Amino acid sequence: MSRQLETLTVEAVFARWPFVQQQLADNGLGEIADRPGARLAEFLDTDQLDDLDGFIDVMEDFLGANEEKVSEVTITGGRAKDGSPEPVAELTVKVGEVICIVGPTGSGKSRLLADIEWVARGDTPTGRHVTINGQVPDDKWRFSAEYKLVAQLSQNMNFVMDLSVEEFLNLHAESRLATDPEQKIQRIWNWANELAGEPFALDTPVTSLSGGQSRALMIADTAVLSSSPVVLIDEIENAGIDRQQALDILIREEKIVLMATHDPILALMGDRRVIINNGAMQKVIEPSEKEKANLIELRALDEKLMGLRHRLRMGERLDEI
Amino acid sequence: MRFVTVSGPPSSGKTAVILKTLEHLQKAGQKVGVVKFDCLFTDDDELYRKNGIAVRKGLAGALCPDHYFVSNVEECVQWGLQEGLDVLVSESAGLCNRCSPHIREVLAICVIDNLSGTGTPKKIGPMLKAADVVVITKGDIVSQAEREVFASRVHMVNTKARILHVNGITGQGSFELSTLWTGAEETATVEGKKLRFSMPAALCSYCLGETRIGSDYQMGNVRKMDLDLPTGFKTDGGPQELGPMDTGGES
Ligand SMILES: Nc1nc2c(ncn2[C@@H]2O[C@H](COP(=O)(O)OP(=O)(O)OP(=O)(O)O)[C@@H](O)[C@H]2O)c(=O)[nH]1
Ligand SMILES: Nc1ncnc2c1ncn2[C@@H]1O[C@H](COP(=O)(O)OP(=O)(O)O)[C@@H](O)[C@H]1O
Ligand SMILES: [Mg+2]
Ligand SMILES: [Mg+2]
Ligand SMILES: [Zn+2]
Ligand SMILES: [Zn+2]
Repeated sequence: MSRQLETLTVEAVFARWPFVQQQLADNGLGEIADRPGARLAEFLDTDQLDDLDGFIDVMEDFLGANEEKVSEVTITGGRAKDGSPEPVAELTVKVGEVICIVGPTGSGKSRLLADIEWVARGDTPTGRHVTINGQVPDDKWRFSAEYKLVAQLSQNMNFVMDLSVEEFLNLHAESRLATDPEQKIQRIWNWANELAGEPFALDTPVTSLSGGQSRALMIADTAVLSSSPVVLIDEIENAGIDRQQALDILIREEKIVLMATHDPILALMGDRRVIINNGAMQKVIEPSEKEKANLIELRALDEKLMGLRHRLRMGERLDEI
Repeated sequence: MRFVTVSGPPSSGKTAVILKTLEHLQKAGQKVGVVKFDCLFTDDDELYRKNGIAVRKGLAGALCPDHYFVSNVEECVQWGLQEGLDVLVSESAGLCNRCSPHIREVLAICVIDNLSGTGTPKKIGPMLKAADVVVITKGDIVSQAEREVFASRVHMVNTKARILHVNGITGQGSFELSTLWTGAEETATVEGKKLRFSMPAALCSYCLGETRIGSDYQMGNVRKMDLDLPTGFKTDGGPQELGPMDTGGES
């Protein structure tokens, strides 16, 4: 045991690690607090002390988590499927950037994202290396519960808990030990309502939200409460939400956004586009002026389609479009 | 040979994760095998066989599947060595929340799924608490928030374990898990090794085949719930002396 808790008094432990009191109470050991002068070892056996020591590790990790912010992630190229060197030798993505990843099925898009998630050290099939803020990262990014480099959003995801929106957000905030949870929950709720276009109340059960509302809540929640600096978006093409605004929210909350998509609007919304083939990053390109101009046209088309969808929903005919 | 014990509640994705993880080792030319333990029925062995994995199964029948596991584990290790395996995996039934098949100095994996509810990590006890690596599955169908809440609950129960997310269907995360398996210690025998968590004895009359209900038929390690019933009901708990086994007929 690293902290020698068995030698300390209850009072000393509470003073140093205030969260221990709640933890003991949660485990039905609240009465320990009534005898501040006694040594902790009078109440807890070696296993329990060991567990408490581990709990303090977790909490100290947690509380320190805000100190070292991830501001950039660098991928150093490895080798393609045929063993040749990866054409893109280095790619650095920064907080606030949106990067699109395109390439045919089987080309290695998922592997690239997995390399980032696993913080590869030349120990994956691609031989890539990933560094965080220019440094070889700690093992915690691979194995701990609260440091996950990548959060994921996809169309297949559903809420499965039987809770209201507010209870749900509270639970998430609690598990993240968020500071100022009420304010964060309000912010998530406001954003989700803006994104979805069809408002919902805080006491709505999460399982009865519409597809668009669920997606909106997931995005706003991930933006504000997720611990992961990188957000991976997979297939949210037809999510029924304002996609530009969704990206804006993630950027404002200082996320690095990676999107695997073949949707032209989403692809052109990215700051850069990584082209994958043969298991390797072939090229990184920025949208051209022409593409940017086309985006305006594509948006108009998209809005038109959305309007048609809305009219269908309202029972109208589409004789005039 | 490397030996890995895999536990986890029913249908949590143990077989899916083992198949995906072993695939990476098979690709690297390793010889792999699985021993599947279950209670009454399993067709996991067919799945393993179809994937070119040497397999044996053991059905515990009326016994606790984990007790059955520990009574047979040394023989399984010897079988694996005889087959010339590089990696042997045991998959347990995960039905007994009081027992855990994990052995000291043998890599211990617990597979648990995001759909099982946030109370599950606390409920399943030793098999989670005594694991070196906790694999969380079915992250593809729940929200990011639920994944984070679930992982933090797992962490609260087992603060030391490495936590990995693996998708049993696409195999996402299985390559990463496979690196931990190839890095495991060599096992030549488990003879003399110790369980990480002692298994409770089967000591009440029901363990021994009693089927009739009522205090008169309850012997051995029996504990009563405290339900504030009027006197006349026996409500005090605590182990009683183990009486003679009822071998049929009226007593
Ligand atoms: N969506 C999804 N389904 C999964 C995942 N992992 C496993 N499954 C599915 O869950 C079901 C149960 O998986 P198994 O691998 O058979 O579970 P098990 O723990 O081996 O089950 P028993 O051996 O019967 O206790 C199967 O239908 C799997 O396809 C996952 O990550 N995502
Ligand atoms: N550079 C590489 N070297 C070896 N194998 C690779 C490489 N890149 C990808 N692969 C493998 O190719 C397969 C297909 O890649 P995947 O990432 O699933 O493609 P996509 O997501 O684009 O459909 C996977 O098994 C992956 O591990
Ligand atoms: Mg893919
Ligand atoms: Mg199975
Ligand atoms: Zn048991
Ligand atoms: Zn019994």
